Amino acid sequence: MILDGKAPTGRIQDTWDKHRFDSLKLVNPANKRKYKILVVGTGLAGGSAAATLAELGYQVEAFAYQDSPRRAHSIAAQGGINAAKAYPNDGDSIYRLFYDTIKGGDFRAREADVWRLAQVSNNIIDQCVAQGVPFARDYAGYLDNRSFGGAQVSRTFFARGQTGQQLLLGAYSALSRQIGLGAVKMFPRTEMLDLVVVDGEAKGITVRDLVTGELRTHVGDAVVLATGGYVNVFYLSTNAMGCSVTANWKAHKKGAYFANPCYTQIHPTCIPQAGDYQSKLTLMSESLRNDGRIWVPKKKEDCNKAPNDIPEEDRDYYLERKYPSFGNLAPRDIASRAAKEQCDEGRGVGPGGRGVYLDFSASIKRLGEGTIRERYGNLFEMYERITDENAYQRPMRIYPAPHYSMGGLWVDYNLQSNVPGLFVLGEANFSVHGANRLGASALMQGLADGYFVIPYTIANYLAQTKPGKVKADHPECLKSVADVKATRDQLLAVNGKKTVTEFMREVGTLMWNDVGMARSEKSLTDALQKLPAIREEFWQNVKVSGSGEELNQQLENAGRTADFIEFAELLTRDALHRKESCGGHFRVESQYPDGEAMRDDANFAYSAAWESKGVGKDPELHKEPLKFENVHLAVRSYK
Amino acid sequence: MSAHETMNLKLIVWRQAGPNQPGRFETYEAKNITPHHSFLEMLDVVNEDLIKAGQEPIAFDHDCREGICGMCSAVVNGVPHGGQQRTTLCQLHMRKFKDGDAIYLEPWRARAFPILRDLVVDRSALDKLIQTAGFVSCHTGGVPDGNAVLVGKPQADYAMDAAECIGCGACVAACPNSAAMLFAGAKVSQLAELPQGQVEAPQRVAAMVQAMADNGFGNCSNHYECEAACPKGIKVKFIARMNREFIKALALEKVGAVNTARLKSE
Ligand SMILES: Cc1cc2nc3c(=O)[nH]c(=O)nc-3n(C[C@H](O)[C@H](O)[C@H](O)COP(=O)(O)OP(=O)(O)OC[C@H]3O[C@@H](n4cnc5c(N)ncnc54)[C@H](O)[C@@H]3O)c2cc1C
Ligand code: FES
Repeated sequence: MILDGKAPTGRIQDTWDKHRFDSLKLVNPANKRKYKILVVGTGLAGGSAAATLAELGYQVEAFAYQDSPRRAHSIAAQGGINAAKAYPNDGDSIYRLFYDTIKGGDFRAREADVWRLAQVSNNIIDQCVAQGVPFARDYAGYLDNRSFGGAQVSRTFFARGQTGQQLLLGAYSALSRQIGLGAVKMFPRTEMLDLVVVDGEAKGITVRDLVTGELRTHVGDAVVLATGGYVNVFYLSTNAMGCSVTANWKAHKKGAYFANPCYTQIHPTCIPQAGDYQSKLTLMSESLRNDGRIWVPKKKEDCNKAPNDIPEEDRDYYLERKYPSFGNLAPRDIASRAAKEQCDEGRGVGPGGRGVYLDFSASIKRLGEGTIRERYGNLFEMYERITDENAYQRPMRIYPAPHYSMGGLWVDYNLQSNVPGLFVLGEANFSVHGANRLGASALMQGLADGYFVIPYTIANYLAQTKPGKVKADHPECLKSVADVKATRDQLLAVNGKKTVTEFMREVGTLMWNDVGMARSEKSLTDALQKLPAIREEFWQNVKVSGSGEELNQQLENAGRTADFIEFAELLTRDALHRKESCGGHFRVESQYPDGEAMRDDANFAYSAAWESKGVGKDPELHKEPLKFENVHLAVRSYK
Repeated sequence: MSAHETMNLKLIVWRQAGPNQPGRFETYEAKNITPHHSFLEMLDVVNEDLIKAGQEPIAFDHDCREGICGMCSAVVNGVPHGGQQRTTLCQLHMRKFKDGDAIYLEPWRARAFPILRDLVVDRSALDKLIQTAGFVSCHTGGVPDGNAVLVGKPQADYAMDAAECIGCGACVAACPNSAAMLFAGAKVSQLAELPQGQVEAPQRVAAMVQAMADNGFGNCSNHYECEAACPKGIKVKFIARMNREFIKALALEKVGAVNTARLKSE
């Protein structure tokens, strides 16, 4: 089937304003309180959405698996948030942010959505300032900016190395205010385990109370998923331990299309893995690339030498050499692949030769250690805590790690999935980043979706539905609880020999090796053969102790792992079908002689949206063709 | 210790099956731990062994494992987060321990934080404080340009120092009175320092002080254990600032009689 994203047409500059006026119905203020909206996830996207929808007068129920909405993984974002303010007078504009995002995404996103993102980006900064977010300021009191990968302007706003934390605390404060006022009912330590669809529309969710184990359905007039990304499918990633594909996957199994699952971002600057016991990888913000220079030894035999003993002429600053105009600020996919290449050639450093240097000595010489400390002090501290090395004296070692998912549930221009009444925001949807996300653009997207898009677009749906149509005793609700209970009981009943972690590590390792930074027909076919076997073994041999009626972290992880195993198949299948390289998706068969990614616009200028046909069955592919009327399809060059 | 050596440790852990149930210490062994294991990765190893032996693993809160979400929370040898300066439990590494060490592990203990299971506690009382007054009452939309109101760099830096709080609750756990003064003081100070938050500063501090009493937190008697335990280095000067803000609010008669007595006792 050919999918329609329902993007408005006409002059791109006018699309969002015109759409709001011409195409979006309003719900009048007195009627808003009759509608109940369920918001799953309280990160930047869900938190801002829940707060804003409640301010408008809707009844809101919000859910998170952590013990407080303030702990969503958005909290971990370090580097910054983009906006087209053009405060530094360096040539930035809404158009340029739009252009950079389309190009950065390797021409695999919908133009109108990206335009809207760039357009509302400026409102986000204003909103956060008003909330008391302590953005960095210069001595005259103006907002400060830094640069991020994939852009030649300074458009990134930041709060030390904790931008995500500060933005989330801003959204959390707005949300808390609404909770205090009774306009939002907050359900922390509550995990969504099913979507309830009645007559084809999303009308509820079934959740598990993670403290008591109670299973119950919440009904509402619309469901908003803002449940984050899925790169924990690789086991080791920069995501928090609890980040999962579960909410998205359950919705997918209830009919929502999953778009471009193979677009995953591998972040170039993470602390390399130290051992097998490791449970997660730690990101070193990309902002470090503003002042750090990336290099490896030119000669293999130098790899074990102390870095400071390697003379300048024996160092290969490979990003500066290969991409002179962007240098160390080349986009993430390019920088990650380049690091892998150096290591594959045997010039990597540190344990297992899986690392490259990120060196601050030149900046320290130029600006002084004090300035570097002020800019990145907390990151250097974190690095030292983990590695026991002092990066002021010795270059950091970094290596790429899974970080972000550009793919997600398919949504139209209104952020509505193909299931009416189901809206998807933030990292959980597939909308604006195409095949590669630029740094500092995820925070922007989450807040754009939550503060400035969903409040308008959801009204259009609600205006056309009667409030309170479905009650909690509807047969679909009862069936949903029964299904969730059956799965839970099955997990507890297996009583096998392998722990949940062992299964997750097995799937993750397979995915990283075969479906990671470089994917081939062979590696993908291989993975597709192995995954069903892992899935079958899981259901026969997993060991989950305890009961369902208590706080049981193993049971939580078991459910998430089961979903990851099923999802891994879809991701791999998507990667296999996309016989081109684009953005974070690199097919070794599809490259130029110099190793750069080769896109195939003639055959693949579309978003791939997969429809579930049941576990173990081939999903059906739907295509949404992509049209580029404002940015010309071109080979993406950062040379 | 070199990176290749491993160590064996004895863990003495608080086990409690659920809220309001009796708890007790149990002893476990952590085997073959390297200096590079983080504290939580060490617990992962112990838990995997327990699961394989058919025993219940130790429940503990954690998520980001990079010191920012504020989820991890346990008292290690009597000190919240284990006592390495400016370090959360998840960022504490085993190189700080040596072979044969005995490690006592307990949940946060405070009246406001009921235990849910083992090392997991309910910290929603902290959320309640923020829900009462920890915000600027602005709606989405209709706000001025970000540069319309200038904020001096020293003010922005001061606000950021306060805003770094991760809401883990270590300050409450460390305080002999289970006070939340450092947590609340940091929020009050952040917002009182910025022009955007100044308008509501008197009402905010008054409501916050009341909410602390309502939610089971104790009073501050200047022990400064909170500052020592804070993994983000939040300073007690923010408590002093909150007290000053409170007195200013008193002068403006924004505070009820209840709170007057409370502050005067400090
Ligand atoms: C270490 C790190 C650094 C980053 N740095 C930057 C940066 O500098 N700039 C930038 O722009 N982006 C950055 N990113 C990316 C960005 O932080 C995320 O993409 C973004 O914050 C995601 O926000 P979100 O609201 O979509 O999801 P999240 O913040 O992940 O929130 C997900 C929410 O959903 C809830 N949830 C999930 N599943 C369920 C379920 N089944 N039931 C109930 N609730 C559920 C969770 O409890 C949580 O509340 C970074 C990411 C990482 C990991
Ligand atoms: S797990 Fe997030 S701060 Fe420790």
